[in-house]
Amino acid sequence: MEKLINDFSVGLFFWQSLLFIALILLLKKFAWGPILSAVEEREEGIKEALELAQKAKEEMQELNADNERILAEARIERDILLKEAREMKDKIVNEAKDQANTEADKILLSAKEQINNEKLKAITELKNQVADMSIDIAEKILKSELSDVNKQKELVAQVLKSNELN
Amino acid sequence: MFKYIVRIIEIYIFAPILKTINQANNMKLNRTLFSLFISTFFVVTCFGSESDGKDIRKNIKESINHHLLDDHNFTITHGVSFPLPVILYHNGDVDMFLSSKLYGDHSNPIRYQLDEKTYTIDSHGHILGYIAGEEFHPIDFSITKNVVFIMICFILMLFMFVRMARSYKHGHLPKGVGRLLEPIILYVRDDIAIPNIGKKHYKRYMSFLLTIFFFIWIINLFGLTPLGVNVTNNISVTFSLALLTYLITTFTANKSYWGHIFWMPGVSVPMKIMLAPIELLGTIIKPFSLMIRLYANIIAGHVVLMSILGLIFIFQNWIGSTLSFGLAFALSLLELLVAALQAYIFTMLSALYFGAAVEEH
Repeated sequence: MEKLINDFSVGLFFWQSLLFIALILLLKKFAWGPILSAVEEREEGIKEALELAQKAKEEMQELNADNERILAEARIERDILLKEAREMKDKIVNEAKDQANTEADKILLSAKEQINNEKLKAITELKNQVADMSIDIAEKILKSELSDVNKQKELVAQVLKSNELN
Repeated sequence: MFKYIVRIIEIYIFAPILKTINQANNMKLNRTLFSLFISTFFVVTCFGSESDGKDIRKNIKESINHHLLDDHNFTITHGVSFPLPVILYHNGDVDMFLSSKLYGDHSNPIRYQLDEKTYTIDSHGHILGYIAGEEFHPIDFSITKNVVFIMICFILMLFMFVRMARSYKHGHLPKGVGRLLEPIILYVRDDIAIPNIGKKHYKRYMSFLLTIFFFIWIINLFGLTPLGVNVTNNISVTFSLALLTYLITTFTANKSYWGHIFWMPGVSVPMKIMLAPIELLGTIIKPFSLMIRLYANIIAGHVVLMSILGLIFIFQNWIGSTLSFGLAFALSLLELLVAALQAYIFTMLSALYFGAAVEEH
């Protein structure tokens, strides 16, 4: 301890304190201040840039998610549309089929009717012709039959006979 | 065979060196030791000529003691020394003259007459004054060798860091030496200041912490150069540094710090009264330990290193000297570490004390 006190030099202490305090003040103004603020500014910049990048990434992800959602929605919509179209087609086809069927039925029916009518007409005509012909034939037969007096008498007798039987 | 090789080496390598050293030996021998202790080869040669064992021991002890003292002359190597200004203060009078007036031939102290006063320098490097035969001790404000190195460190740091600060103007990254210094500055900030002081208050202390870290480190490294300078093993220097830590702690401390000293919360009243003087003493012991730690570490390093170098001349043989050289080399490397470590410890503990002063409960 005594050696320490003996070794203590006021001059050296004075110069050391003076120079050191001056050094602190000078460096604070001209070195540490600018250096630390520059470093901080840089760190702040890096931090901000990183945050920005992170934000952009998140936005990108959000955008991607949006895209996917829209795509999915579109797909669903497409499916719905397709389904609807298919249904519509089926409906139209069915309707057409039904319509065609009824039409065909109608046509068939009218055809049948017509055929029937024609048939009836033909039958009637045929009947008439047959009647005419039979009358003609009958006339001719009668004429030929009745040209002989015996035969006429026989016929009359015959008719009379059948009437008697009635 | 070995003997022959040694002999040949002695004749062809050592003999010429010894011859030159013999001539130089008449000069102040001990100064050569510390001025060149990194280049051990030279050191070997300059002591090699001394033959008497007792003289060598005395010589080594003297040169170590001398090395640890401040010096009014700036000695680079033997025979090459610059006088430095001596500034003395006594009873309101200031006397200034060059230190060459106090040294005669071969650096022997002589008396210097200035008006009615006579000044001389004693063996410890203290300047004594006499007025009419009566001794007095003037206050010595001389620009000694240590002050010169403090100034060199001052200018070097100012130059380095102001240049570094300027280089930030051209971009986000420093240029040149700033590239090397920036990680160290960031280390002091991120690993010393912020963990110990806290994010809220650390900025107030950054200037002091950075300055003290680089100052101690650089000045310690100067101490390892062959210039034979050693600033931080002067108690005045470490006292000045520790005093600043103490003053800053004291003047920036908050209420809670003083509350914990004078009226410790959470203990009974008699304990509070007991603890107050202990805690108060603790505030002084903390910076005191800083002062002693730096002083003792550097002085011990220098003494051990120089003693081991001195062994080379005591052994005076190949094996011993080689071992001493190896040991001294390893120790020099260790001292390089110690130089940085002591700067780190001083800064770290200062930050710790500041942190305690501004801690919020």
